Amino acid sequence: MKWGRFLSFLLIVCVIIGLTAGTSFQLWRGVRLGLDLQGGFDLLYKIESTPSTGPVTQKGVQAVLQAVQMRVDSLGVSSPIIDLEKAGGQNEVRVQLAGQFNQQNAENVIGKTAQLRIYGPKPKVVSGKTVPGQYVVDKSNLLLTGKDLKSDAHYSQNQLGQNVIDLTFKNKKKWAQVTKKYLNKPVYTYLNGKLLTSATIDSIISNGQTQLSGPTSGPDAFTPQYCQTLSKELNAGALPYPLKLISSNSVGPSLGFASLKATMWAGLAAIIIIFLFMIVFYRMAGLIADLALVAYGYLTLGTFSGMHVVLTLSGLAALVLGIGMAVDANIITYERIKDEVRNGRSIQSAVIAGNRRAMRAIIDANATTFIAGGVMYWFGHGDIRGFAIALMISIVISMLTAVLLSRAMLLLFTKSNIVKRPWWYGVRKGGAKS
Amino acid sequence: MKKRFDIIRHRMWFFILSGTITVAGLVVFLTMGFNLGTDFVAGSRVQLTLNQTVNTSKVRQMLDAAQLSVGPNAITVAGTKRHTAVIRFSTVLTQSQLAKVQQLEKKTFHSTKYSSETVSPIVAQTTSKKAVWAVLLASLFIVVYVSIRFEYRFAVAAIVALLHDAFIVMSVFALLRLPIDLPFVAAVLTIVGYSVNDTIVIFDRIRENQGIAKPRTFGELERMVDKSLWQTMSRSINTVITVLIAAVMLYFFGGESIHDFTFALIVGLVSGAYSSIFIASPIWVVWKGKQMKDGRKDKLTPEQQTS
Repeated sequence: MKWGRFLSFLLIVCVIIGLTAGTSFQLWRGVRLGLDLQGGFDLLYKIESTPSTGPVTQKGVQAVLQAVQMRVDSLGVSSPIIDLEKAGGQNEVRVQLAGQFNQQNAENVIGKTAQLRIYGPKPKVVSGKTVPGQYVVDKSNLLLTGKDLKSDAHYSQNQLGQNVIDLTFKNKKKWAQVTKKYLNKPVYTYLNGKLLTSATIDSIISNGQTQLSGPTSGPDAFTPQYCQTLSKELNAGALPYPLKLISSNSVGPSLGFASLKATMWAGLAAIIIIFLFMIVFYRMAGLIADLALVAYGYLTLGTFSGMHVVLTLSGLAALVLGIGMAVDANIITYERIKDEVRNGRSIQSAVIAGNRRAMRAIIDANATTFIAGGVMYWFGHGDIRGFAIALMISIVISMLTAVLLSRAMLLLFTKSNIVKRPWWYGVRKGGAKS
Repeated sequence: MKKRFDIIRHRMWFFILSGTITVAGLVVFLTMGFNLGTDFVAGSRVQLTLNQTVNTSKVRQMLDAAQLSVGPNAITVAGTKRHTAVIRFSTVLTQSQLAKVQQLEKKTFHSTKYSSETVSPIVAQTTSKKAVWAVLLASLFIVVYVSIRFEYRFAVAAIVALLHDAFIVMSVFALLRLPIDLPFVAAVLTIVGYSVNDTIVIFDRIRENQGIAKPRTFGELERMVDKSLWQTMSRSINTVITVLIAAVMLYFFGGESIHDFTFALIVGLVSGAYSSIFIASPIWVVWKGKQMKDGRKDKLTPEQQTS
């Protein structure tokens, strides 16, 4: 009996149980849940090139991502996910929004561009003669665009009680010059290709400010809500390329929550049965394996929350499968130990030899599965990717816990000499001799 | 040692069994095809969770009111309480159509648990291509790794076993008309990983025993592999039992959305354990045995070989 070793063994046990019991709830709350677990929706946009934009460039794609980020932020969604996906040489942007809100509104804000263009006037011509004092739009004379706006557009009401959008131009001088040049003449404001106003400028504006007013009825009526949405679109700036929505997927939150709860309970029940199975078959060694499994679960959760991995239902299933692989590593080792005991070795040398001989099989077996996970990550997207990440993380952590930790604990326990009968390692009474 | 069932000696039976299943699977593929889910076929899928048992004709009436006509098999009922209606549209629904369905659902069934999934052809095509490539490439990478760590015969035998398992799972899904979707692909890839994991542990023991026993004849080789199989048998069984416990629990009590996923896992796990023992190792024996000259003669007098 060596108390020092036994006490260090007990210390490890206490640390594992203490840490898990103390902080796992907090860790669990730090894990981000996928849309299938907490509800929300997933939008996939294709970045399209048009003759006017030219081919999609790397820089342009970054600009799109930035613009989309700004737009999503303006929705006020907590922790959105915006990813660039390159599928078959095409650039796609995946936006995942968790929670429940107006999907239609979100789609509009993300995908649509509020294109503001202000054109200058030209004299109206009737049968070859100019009509003095009357003007029409001169589309060849683009004065300002949405790009010239500061992103502080907001809804307000003017003195007449009309709903308007307050705008500020970045370059005050430019706007002052425009108002000076076209004083007492109209300028034409187009929104998304439609004429919004053709207001006559009645004074030089030097503070860079202006107001947009619009129709009071019809589909594009300037309701307070419309003005607010429009302000957001204007603030987000123009997208360098048009985005086309190619796929959308929405999950009701209560549906996801019910699935999550059921899966959690099933997982818990499975783990308890596996724990009992290991104790029944491998006794003390099984108990050590179970403790290593607890550490495995704890570290996996910690990694998920630390790496901000999004946990989906299939990822959850991969974790449970990872538990199976971690158990396998222990079973391989314990069966080896049993073999060694049957070959007539003492418990101590059997544990040492068994661990050593099991190592190669465990490494090779885990490496091949890890390779499969890597290929999944490389080639898959969405669900498959989440699954692959969960699988790879669980393999690495199972190598650390089910192999290194479990092995250290088993060796400490064995060397403490607290038990001598092979029964404690799941070897049957008569088994030691054959 | 007790007299044990000689797995390698009876390999023909296992080859015949797996061959029959493979041929049956092929027939099923060719005659029935797959029931491809929305991940692979463009269209929309709407899932309604009602607070009552689903009445299919009522759902159909509701869709008629929305002027969305669906085929005779488009509405399926799911869930333990049969509260979930899954409607499959072969066309991609527009946002306003989806909104209408949601609105009607609220009105007809007073339920708000609604989810929809829409996939356009472009995404579906890239997804299915990616899935096939992932399986083939994973196999290729595994072959390379196993060839380096073991030898190429082991690698090929392991790949035959894993393709066998993936094939059986696909056959079962085709036969039972279960949907092939992205979670299914993840399941098949897991099975591929598990199958090879399981096979490698057994091969590791064969590799080790091969170094000790150094078989020179076909008979010796057969005995050595058979012994290796039985040495790893309790590990093979215990491992598959523990993983099956998890899969079965998730199948019966886990969330609705992973039901088919876990079913695929269960079929694949059983097949994976079977193929590692009864297919992969015998294939390696037959192939490796070709090297040995006096194999035939030796095989007739196995009693001379004592292990």
